[in-house]
Amino acid sequence: MTPLAAAADTSVSLGTGEAVVFWVLAPVALAGALGMVFSRNAVHSALWLVTTMLSLGVFYVVQEAPFLGAVQIIVYTGAIMILFLFVLMLVGRDSSDSVVETLRGQRVAAIVLGVGFAGLVGAGIARATRDLSAEGLGDAQGGSGNITTIAEALFTRYLLAFEVTSALLITAAVGAMVLAHIEREPGTKRTQKELSRARFLTTDRPQTLPGPGVFARANSVATPALLPDGGLAEDSFATGIEPREVDQMPRPTGREQLGNPDNALGTQDGAAGGDAR
Amino acid sequence: MSLTHYLVLAAILFTIGAVGVLVRRNAIVVFMCVELMLNSVNLTLVTFARATGTIDGQIMAFFVMVVAAAEVVVGLAIIMSIYRTRRSASVDDANLLKY
Amino acid sequence: MDTVPADGLLSASWLLIALPLAGAAVLLLGGRRTDRWGHLLGTATVAAAFVVALACTLQLDERQVAVDLFTFIDSGSLDVRAGLLFDPLSAVFALLITGVGALIHVYSIGYMAHDPRRRRFFAYLNLFVAAMLLLVLGDNYVALYVGWEGVGLASYLLIAFWHERPAAATAAKKAFIMNRVGDVGLALAIFVMFAQLGTVTYEGVFGSVGLLAGGTVTAIGLLLLLGACGKSGQFPLQAWLPDAMEGPTPVSALIHAATMVTAGVYLIARSAPIYDLTETARTVVLCVGAVTLMIGAIAGCAYDDIKKVLAYSTVSQIGYMFLAVGLGPVGYAAAIAHLLTHGFFKAGLFLGAGSVMHAMDDQVDMRRFGGLAKKLPVTFVTFGLGYLALIGFPFLSGYWTKDAIIEAALDRGGVSGWVLGGVAVLGAGLTAFYMTRLMLMTFFGKARWAPSAPGRPTPHPHESPSVMTAPMVLLSIGSVAAGFLLVQAFPLVEWLAPVFGEPEEAEHVVAPALVGIAVTAVMALGVLAAWLFVGRREVPVVAPERVSVVTRAARKALYADAINESLFMRPGQWLTRALVWVDNRGVDGAVNGMAAALGGSSARLGRAQTGFVRTYALGMLGGAVLVAGALLAVTAG
Repeated sequence: MTPLAAAADTSVSLGTGEAVVFWVLAPVALAGALGMVFSRNAVHSALWLVTTMLSLGVFYVVQEAPFLGAVQIIVYTGAIMILFLFVLMLVGRDSSDSVVETLRGQRVAAIVLGVGFAGLVGAGIARATRDLSAEGLGDAQGGSGNITTIAEALFTRYLLAFEVTSALLITAAVGAMVLAHIEREPGTKRTQKELSRARFLTTDRPQTLPGPGVFARANSVATPALLPDGGLAEDSFATGIEPREVDQMPRPTGREQLGNPDNALGTQDGAAGGDAR
Repeated sequence: MSLTHYLVLAAILFTIGAVGVLVRRNAIVVFMCVELMLNSVNLTLVTFARATGTIDGQIMAFFVMVVAAAEVVVGLAIIMSIYRTRRSASVDDANLLKY
Repeated sequence: MDTVPADGLLSASWLLIALPLAGAAVLLLGGRRTDRWGHLLGTATVAAAFVVALACTLQLDERQVAVDLFTFIDSGSLDVRAGLLFDPLSAVFALLITGVGALIHVYSIGYMAHDPRRRRFFAYLNLFVAAMLLLVLGDNYVALYVGWEGVGLASYLLIAFWHERPAAATAAKKAFIMNRVGDVGLALAIFVMFAQLGTVTYEGVFGSVGLLAGGTVTAIGLLLLLGACGKSGQFPLQAWLPDAMEGPTPVSALIHAATMVTAGVYLIARSAPIYDLTETARTVVLCVGAVTLMIGAIAGCAYDDIKKVLAYSTVSQIGYMFLAVGLGPVGYAAAIAHLLTHGFFKAGLFLGAGSVMHAMDDQVDMRRFGGLAKKLPVTFVTFGLGYLALIGFPFLSGYWTKDAIIEAALDRGGVSGWVLGGVAVLGAGLTAFYMTRLMLMTFFGKARWAPSAPGRPTPHPHESPSVMTAPMVLLSIGSVAAGFLLVQAFPLVEWLAPVFGEPEEAEHVVAPALVGIAVTAVMALGVLAAWLFVGRREVPVVAPERVSVVTRAARKALYADAINESLFMRPGQWLTRALVWVDNRGVDGAVNGMAAALGGSSARLGRAQTGFVRTYALGMLGGAVLVAGALLAVTAG
C-alpha cells in the first residue's frame, strides 16, 4: 500500500452537501467582495463586505471550525464592521467618494497586476494542491469538541502568544483612546448662549446654512440647496464635491400650464388686425 | 469539489482586496479591503488546518482575528484624527511624504 | 693629490659663507632700524670675508682641504653632508667673489645713496655673496645646487630691485624662467649621478665616474652643460642676460658680469673629470662657446644701450671661457685666468658705465652721450683702461688671457683647430669694433646731451664721488695688471695644477709670438673700422632706420627672443590653452557632468516618490506578482 493511498484512506471525503454550500456561497462571497470595491457609497461597501464575511463564516463552520465561524460572525461581522460604520457616520461623505481616478494609469495598472496576481497565485495553488486531501480534524480533536481542543492548545502551547495578545489588545485600546481624544480644559466648553453670541458678533451669517431647498428631491451632502428661482445656493456646496446637476421636481410655471393669454382669450388674430390698419 | 476550490477562492478574494486598496481613495474603504485580504488568508488557514489534520491553523486564524481587531481600532482612530485635521478621509490627501 | 681634513685657520673657512649670510639676515630681519648703518655692515661683512679668504688662500700650500660641517640630508642611501672643499680652484673664486664683491659694495654705497631701499639692496647683495661662496666652496653637487639656486634667487631679487618698473619686473621673470630651464638640467644631472653612482660628492663622483657607460657620462655632461648654459647666458639660453641689465648697475657688474654668470664655467671646470671621459659633451661645450662668442660679439655691435653692449660683451667673453674649457686640460687654466681678468675689467667697465649713467641722469642711450671724456676724467681713464684690457691691447690683462685661449684653440690642430681659432680671432676683432664704437660714442665727439624725460633739465655731467671712483680705480689697476700676474708672473696654470693636473707642453701649430701679432693686428683692424664707421662722422641722435639686413638682425640679437617666442613660448601658450580647455571642458565637464547626471537622475527618481500611498501599494503588488511568478517559474521549471 502506497503512503498516498494510506493517506487517502484516512482522509475525510468532501460530501455533496459541502459542494452545494460552496457553490452557492462562493459566488455570494465574490459578489460581496466585488460589490465592496465598486460601490460608490462607503456604507454600501461595508454592507457588501458583511455579506462576504458571513459567507466566510459559513465556510469556517463547514470546514470543521465552528468556533472560528462563530467568532467570524460575532466579532468580525458584528463588532468590527459596526465600528467601521460608526466611523463612516462620523466622517461623512466627501471627495474621497468620487470615482474619478486622479492618479494616471493607476486603475489600469491595478487591474492588470491584480489579474496577473490572481492568475499566478491561483495557478500555483491549483498546481500545488492537486492531490491535497482533507485529513480531517477527527484525530486532532480526539473525541472532544472543537472549542475544547482550541482552548487546550491556546492555554498550553500558545499561552505565551495568548498573553502577548492581551497586551496588544490593551495597547490598542489605550492607543485608540489617545488618538481619538480631544484635549480640552474642564469648563471651557461653551454654552449655546455663548456660541450664538459669538456667531452674531464675529460672522456676517448668523443663521444656519441653507437646507436642501424647496424643490429638492435629495438631502445628501452632494446635493446643493435650491433657491426660490431654481438656482443653486452656493452656501450649501459641500467642500470638494462638484455640485451635481440638481434633480428637481418639475415646477408648475403659469405660462406653460395656462398657455398664451391670447390663445386662451381667442384674440390671436393680430395679423389680420394689422392688415386692416 | 476539493480543498483547492477553497484556496483558489481565497486567492481571488485576496486579489480583489488588493485591487480595492489600489483603486479606492476613501481611507475607510481601503481599510475594509485590507480586512477582506485578512479574511481570505484566514480561509486558507482554516482550509489547511483541515487538510493537515492539525488544530494549529485554526489557532493561527484566531490570532489573526485578534490582531485584526486591534489593528482596526487603532487604524480607525488614526483615520479619525487625520480627518479632524485635514477635513478629508482621502488617502491621496495625505501625501506629504514625498520628494 | 689627497684631500686632507682642515686644520688651523682653514677650518674656519665656513666663516666665508657665514659672514655675508649673517649680514643678509641682520639687514633683512632688522628692518628699518638698520637703515642708517646697514650699507656699512653689508660692506664690512664682505670685506671681512675677503680677509678670511685671503688668509685661507695663503695657508693653502698645494692642498685640498675639506671642512666637514654637519649632516644636511640623510635619507635612505642618500647621505649628503654639508661640507666645504677649499682647494686652489675654490680659492681663486672665493678671492674673486669677495674681492670684487667688496669693491662693488663700496661703490654701491655711493651709487645707491639716494635710494630709499638701499639697506635691502645691501641685504640682497650679501645674500648673493653668501650663496655664490657656497656654490664654489661646497664639496658636493647638492651644496653646489643650493648655492646655484641661491644666486638665482638673489639675481632675481636684484634684477627686479626696481620692481615698480615693468621692464625690470619682466626682465627678472625672464631671467628666472630661463634659469629654471638650465637648473632642471643641473638637477637631472645630480639625479643621474645619485641613481648611477649613489653619491653626490665630488670625491665620490670623480672617483667612480669612470665605471659608468660612455652614454651615461655623456648624458651627465650634457645635462651639466645645460645648467651651465642657463646660468652663464650661453647659447641657446643667452637671451635673459642682456635684459637683466634692468637691475642697478652694481648688480650688473657683480652678478651679471664678474661672478654669477661665470658659475657655468666653474661648474664645467669643476666637473673636468667627467668631461675628460666624454669627448661628445666636450665638443658640445666647444660648439656652444664658439657660437655664443659670435652671437654676443655681433649683437654687441648693433646696440645703442651702453649696458646692453657690455652685457653682450659679457656673453661673448663667457663664450671664450666655454670655448676654453671645451678644449680640455690645456684650456682649463686659460679659462679660469680669463674669467678672473674678465671679472676685473668687466666689473670696472660696468662701474664706469654706472658712473656715466649717474652723470647723465640715468640715461643709457649712447646716442645721447658724447664728449664726456673731459667732464668725467676719472671715469674716462678707468673705463679706458678696462676697454683696452677687454679688446686685448698688448700687455694688458685681456691680451694675455685671450691670447692664451686663442693659442689653445689653434693648438688643437686640424680643421677644427683652425675654425675655432679663426672664430676666436674674429671675435677679438669684433670685440675691438664694438668696444671702440662704445668709447667713441660715449666719451668723444660732440655732446649730444638731452633731457632724460620731457620736463627734466638737460643733464650737467659731473664726476662721481670718490666712494664710487675708488673701486673703479682699484679695478682698473686689476684690469691692467691681472693678466700679466696670472699668466706670466705667478702662472695660474701651476696654482691650479693640483686640480686640473700638470698641463702637458702643447705642440704649437702657430708660434705664440705670431698669434700675439695676428690678434693685435685684427684688434687694430677692428678699432680702425670702428673709427671709420663711427668716429669720423657725426653720430645720428636717432638710430638710422635704413640699415642692412645684418644690422637689423644684430639689433634684434640675432632674433634670439623671436626664436624663443616662436619655438617655446607660443607652443607653450597653445599647450596651456589646450590644457585649460581640456581641464574646463574635459575634466571639469566629466566631474560636473557626472554630478549633474546624478542630480538629474536622482531628481527623476525622486519623482517616483509621489507621496500617494496607493502608488506605493501598487509597487508592492507588482513586487508580489514578481515573487509569485518567480516561485511558479522555479517550481514549474
